[in-house]
Amino acid sequence: MSLLSIQAMTKRFGGLVAVKSVSFDVDAGSIVGLIGPNGAGKTTVFNLITGIYRPDEGQIQFQGDSIAGMSTHLIVAKGIARTFQTIRLFQNLSVLENVLAGRHCRMKSGVLGAMLRTPRERREEKTALAAAVQALEFVRLRGEALNLAKNLSYGNQRLLEIARALASQPQLVVLDEPAGGMNEQETLSLITLIRKMQQQGVTVLLIEHDMSLVMRVCEKIVVLEYGCKIAEGTPAEIKSDKEVIRAYLGADQED
Amino acid sequence: MKLSRTAAFYIALVLVLAPAPFFLNAYWLDVLDSIGLYAILGLSLNIILGHAGLFNLGHAAFYAVGAYTAAILNTQYNIPILWLLPVCGLTAGLFALIVVRPIIKLRGDYLCIVTVGVGEIVRIALINDVFGLTGGSNGILGIQRPHLFGFVIRRPMHFFFFIWAFVALTVFLFTRLERSRFGRALNYLREDEVAAEGSGINTAHYKLAAFIIGAAWAGMAGNIYAAKMTVIAPESFSFWESVVVFALVILGGAGSIPGVLLGSFVIIGLPELFRGFADARMLIFGLAMIVMMIFRNQGILPAHPRPYFLDVLPEGAMQPESASGSPGEVPAAKEPL
Repeated sequence: MSLLSIQAMTKRFGGLVAVKSVSFDVDAGSIVGLIGPNGAGKTTVFNLITGIYRPDEGQIQFQGDSIAGMSTHLIVAKGIARTFQTIRLFQNLSVLENVLAGRHCRMKSGVLGAMLRTPRERREEKTALAAAVQALEFVRLRGEALNLAKNLSYGNQRLLEIARALASQPQLVVLDEPAGGMNEQETLSLITLIRKMQQQGVTVLLIEHDMSLVMRVCEKIVVLEYGCKIAEGTPAEIKSDKEVIRAYLGADQED
Repeated sequence: MKLSRTAAFYIALVLVLAPAPFFLNAYWLDVLDSIGLYAILGLSLNIILGHAGLFNLGHAAFYAVGAYTAAILNTQYNIPILWLLPVCGLTAGLFALIVVRPIIKLRGDYLCIVTVGVGEIVRIALINDVFGLTGGSNGILGIQRPHLFGFVIRRPMHFFFFIWAFVALTVFLFTRLERSRFGRALNYLREDEVAAEGSGINTAHYKLAAFIIGAAWAGMAGNIYAAKMTVIAPESFSFWESVVVFALVILGGAGSIPGVLLGSFVIIGLPELFRGFADARMLIFGLAMIVMMIFRNQGILPAHPRPYFLDVLPEGAMQPESASGSPGEVPAAKEPL
């Protein structure tokens, strides 16, 4: 069964068609890669899925419900968490508090609960703290819990974004260039981490330029070019696809 | 350690303030009263400006709504002014809901300009005697003193205890607030609004909530002000008041409760100490602010990170260094993430 289903989704910015009638499915429990040359519309697709943009046409269904045009925070609550292409952490807050942000949508306490410090509020805080620490352990950042986010290394900041996304207990995680700026060693750990997320029952959709990572970790790959889907298939199929080779390497006719 | 530094500050403050009524004359007690009042205003603005990072230069509008609610209901309907304390919070909060709701999507400087406008509109409306209730530029006279169990709060010393008790209550409640899910949510949107929304925080809701709580507290400060002065007029709620409260939050330390308290002493108290310098004092003051912003722009007492006690949680098999090794060795999480 497909967890996320995108049907004929189109997004225009003025005269520019950023995403043109793109359809693909993400099956529950799978790891799907979204690739394409720069400006192909990958991040736009992510922004449409996570509710930052509203599609002009087409449907986005998550677990059978339409989520097209829903507010981002509601989509997170429904079970889609994301990371950002350019790292967007809460730089001046602790690593732990960054992860607690992801946990926010699974909590209920408000102003009165906080001021009166009700037993329910205290219980909730304690559970949240435990869950946040668990997410930090998952990405191996527990030792940094009380450091400020801005003091982490670049690779660790990327991991922290993943921990923050996981803290919201998502069914689907969308990772926007998770290996961007990582060295080879860190990329290898990331591959293990993504596989571990899959083992925990989290579905992963990722944009990545590092082809070795995409080919190694993804079960299905969707290729975009100029906002259109030009190919979809297993890594082996994509590697030998003529359209994909043309898009990435160029062809004689175009020169 | 960080918690105890804050605690030390509070203890020092109590030790300085508690004997004050026995040593100081009425004039200096009155100065302490207004420091306390500005501390309440500063703490209320701190929720909006310090925690949520929303530039509000119209805080005097909420203060005015509270003060006029108290004055009108007290003089027209004879309702005891102390009973009106929550009512003033409610009307100011409601006023914030109505005026801020349409502008909540505005960012930083744009929001700031609109709040300046809101502050001015309120002041001018009060001068123009809206609904024939506000008494125009003369304001409202004859507001009653607060009664507490038959005791009339009237002298500066009485107000000293009343106001500083309210400051203490505010500090207590706001400390709890900032160390909660709510307080964290405000910080997330101050740090990065897009990331906050992307992490599942309803940013529009929390911006509005910050304004409403800040406004409600400013409204209650307005009630106390009206009760203390017994006469209020529009010029008490000018743009300058908003600027002063804004400055004391920034100077003291945005997002830091001890910082805001210290800020109100510095901004309201110091000029009184230097009355002898008359004209030069604003110059010196301005200079001090500039120097301060260059060399310590997070304020005199910057906000500390919240304390968390992780040692009560079960320790995983974790090495302090991270991500360098393979994450596959980490024992699997106990519940699905």
